[in-house]
Amino acid sequence: MKRSPLRDLIVGIFVLCGLAAIAYLSIQLGGLYYSGPAGFKLIATFDEVGDLKPRSAVVIAGVRVGQVVSIELDDLLRARCVLDVDPSLELDVETSAAIKTAGLLGEKFIALEPGGSDEMLESGDEIDRTVSALSIESLVGKFVNDSGLEGD
Amino acid sequence: MKFTLIENLGYRSLVVVEHLGRIAQFALRITACLLVPPYRFRRLVGDVYDAGVLSLPVVCLSGAVVGGTLSLLGYTTLVRFGAEEALGALVGLAVIRELGPVLTALLVTGRAGSAFAAEIATMVTTEQLDGLRMMSVDPVDFVVSPKALALLIAMPLLAGLFAVFALMGGYGIAVGLLGVDGGSFMASMEGSVKFWNDVIGSFSKAITFGALTGLIATYRGYISEPTAAGVSAATTGTVVIGSVTILVFDFFLNGFWGV
Amino acid sequence: MSEPREPEFRIAFDGVSLKRGDRVIFDGLSCGFPRGRVSVVLGGSGAGKSTLIRMIGGLQRPDSGVVRVADEDITRYSERELFKVRDRIGMLFQGGALLDSMTVAENVALPLREHTRLSEKDIEAEVDRRLVAVGLSDAGQLYPRELSGGMSRRAALARAIVMDPEILLVDEPFSGLDPINVRRIEALLVDLNRHLDLTLIVTSHHMASSIRMADRLVFMVDGIAIAGPPDELLKNSDERIVEFLVAESDSFAEHHELDVTPLMDRRTLPDRRKKS
Ligand SMILES: Nc1ncnc2c1ncn2[C@@H]1O[C@H](COP(=O)(O)OP(=O)(O)OP(=O)(O)O)[C@@H](O)[C@H]1O
Ligand SMILES: [Mg+2]
Repeated sequence: MKRSPLRDLIVGIFVLCGLAAIAYLSIQLGGLYYSGPAGFKLIATFDEVGDLKPRSAVVIAGVRVGQVVSIELDDLLRARCVLDVDPSLELDVETSAAIKTAGLLGEKFIALEPGGSDEMLESGDEIDRTVSALSIESLVGKFVNDSGLEGD
Repeated sequence: MKFTLIENLGYRSLVVVEHLGRIAQFALRITACLLVPPYRFRRLVGDVYDAGVLSLPVVCLSGAVVGGTLSLLGYTTLVRFGAEEALGALVGLAVIRELGPVLTALLVTGRAGSAFAAEIATMVTTEQLDGLRMMSVDPVDFVVSPKALALLIAMPLLAGLFAVFALMGGYGIAVGLLGVDGGSFMASMEGSVKFWNDVIGSFSKAITFGALTGLIATYRGYISEPTAAGVSAATTGTVVIGSVTILVFDFFLNGFWGV
Repeated sequence: MSEPREPEFRIAFDGVSLKRGDRVIFDGLSCGFPRGRVSVVLGGSGAGKSTLIRMIGGLQRPDSGVVRVADEDITRYSERELFKVRDRIGMLFQGGALLDSMTVAENVALPLREHTRLSEKDIEAEVDRRLVAVGLSDAGQLYPRELSGGMSRRAALARAIVMDPEILLVDEPFSGLDPINVRRIEALLVDLNRHLDLTLIVTSHHMASSIRMADRLVFMVDGIAIAGPPDELLKNSDERIVEFLVAESDSFAEHHELDVTPLMDRRTLPDRRKKS
C-alpha cells in the first residue's frame, strides 16, 4: 500500500488535537495536578473533613499553594491530613487550617491562615489550630434549633 | 408449521445468545490478530482517517451546538435562584460525565461504524474477502482488525474534542449572549469537574464505546448476506444495535462509576 | 461416475454431495484433475462450475464426500491448515474479486508483500511482468472501478499467477473478452502450463478455446461429472454431452427445434400497458 503523505499528516494532526483536548480536560478542568512547587509536609488533624479528598487544594488567601496528600483516621478517631505545600512559604507555628467550601455546595479545600508568631513551622510539623468542615446539614439543623440568626 | 408466541420467544432468545457467543469469539480473533505480527500500521492509519478525521466536522459542530443549548436551558432555570454562576458547573459536568462520550459514540456509530459495516459487507458480496482467503491472507487480520482498532482509537479522541467544543459553545453562549461573567463560569466549572470521577470516568466510557462500536460494526459487516439487501441490513443493524448497546452500557457504567 | 485410477491426480473429488437449501448442487460427484495438465470444466449456467472451483480452494465445504488437493484431504481442514494448501494455489474468481480500495498494481503486489521479503523494486518488476503478460501494462495505476469487466478479470488473473502457483484455478477467464484477448489469455494459460508444470483447471462456456486447450474435459451435468480426454468425450454418446457439444454447430437448430413460438406468435402486452 502506498504512503499518502497528506493523509498521514492529517491523521497525525487529528491524533495530536484529540490528545490535547484530553490533556486540557484532565489538567485544567480535572485539576489533575498541583504543578507548583511542593515538598513541604504539614499535618493537620480535624474532627470532621466532610468530602475533603486527597488532591484537594490547599490555599492561602485564595491562592493555591499545595494539595492534600492523604487522609487517615488517628488513634483518637480524628481525621489526620497530610498536606504538601510550597516550601518557600514562611509559615509560623500559630498558622491555622480551616476546611472551607467553594460556593454553597462546592468542593472542599483547606485554607491556611498565618498567625503572628516568630517561631516557624518545619517540614513534618503539625498545625495545632484547625477548624473542621461545616456541613450544610448541621448548619441548617443549628439554624432550626436556635430559631434565630444569632448563631452560637 | 405454526409456532406459538412462547416458542418464537425461545427461538429469538437462542439466536441472541448464539450471536453473543460469536461476537465474543470474534473479539478474541481480532485481539489475537492485533497482537500477533504482521502489524498493519498503514491500514490502521487509513482507517483512523476514515473513522476519526472524517467524523471531525459532525462531532465538533454537534459539540458546539449541544454546549450552547445546555447553557441556554441551564441559564433560564438557574437565574431564577440567582445561581447563574453555577452554569459552568452544570455545562461542564453534563458534557464531561454524560453527553460527551454518549453523543460522540452515537454520532460515530452512525457515521463511521455504519460506513465500516457497509464496506466490509460489500467486500463479502463481491468475494473480496474470499479473494484474500485464497491468497492465504486472513480477512480478519487484513480488513477487520485495523477498522475495529481505528474506532477504538478515534472514539476517546473525538469525545475529548466534542467536550472541548461543547465547553466552548457553552462558554460562548453564557458569556456572549447571556452576560454571565466569564471568570466565574470557568471557576465554577473547574471547581466542580473532578479528575478521577469525571474526566477518567468520561474517557473510560469513550474507550468502552469505541471498542463496542468497532466490534459491532465489523461483526455485522462480516456476517452479512452477499446481496445488496445484506449490505443495507448490515448498515442499519450496526446503527440500531450499536446505539442501543451504547445506551445500555452507559446506564451500567454510570451505576459503577457514579455511586 | 467411477474412473480408472490414475495415480497422478493432483486434485480429486470422491463422492462429493452438496445441498444449498433444498437445491441439490452435487450428488455424489467424483472426478480427478491430472497433475501438470489442462482440465476444462464445462457445463451449463448454474451447473456448479464455480462451486466446484470454490471447493478446491476450501471456500466451500461439501456436505459429504472427500476433496483431495495435492494428496491432502482438505475436507475437514481448519482455516489455518487451508492457508498452507492455498499457498500452492492461485485462483481467478468469476467476478475478479479485486480489492477495490487499491490500485491494480497494489492488488497484484499484495501476495508478494504478504508472503515474500522482496524489495519494493523487485516487487514492482514482478508486478510489471504479470501485467504485461495479461496485456494490462498501462493499467497498473487504475482502480478496479475504472476497469471494464474484461480488464478486471485479466488484472485478477495477473494477481492469481503472481506467486507462481503449482495449481491454478480459473473461473471463466474468457467471458467478456474480445477475440484477441481470448487468444492472448489462452496462450498465456497454455504457456504457464507447459513451462511451469502448472496444474490448470479452467471453467468455460467457450467451446472452441476449451477444446483447443484441454488435455481433459469435465462435463458437469445433474450434480455429477463426466470426465475424460477430449477425443474420447467428444465421441461420447450421452445425449446431454452431445447436445452441449453441437449447440454451436449449424446442424444444432435443425436437430433441436427449440420451441420459442409461444413468445413469437403474437404480441400480448401492448393493449395492457398502463395509460398515463
Ligand atoms: N448461496 C447459494 N444458495 C443457494 N443456491 C446457490 C447458492 N450459490 C449457488 N447456488 C446454486 O448452485 C448452483 C451452482 O452455482 P454455480 O455458481 O457454481 O454455477 P456455475 O456453473 O458457475 O454457473 P455460471 O456458468 O453461470 O457461472 C446454481 O444452480 C445455484 O442456483
Ligand atoms: Mg460460475
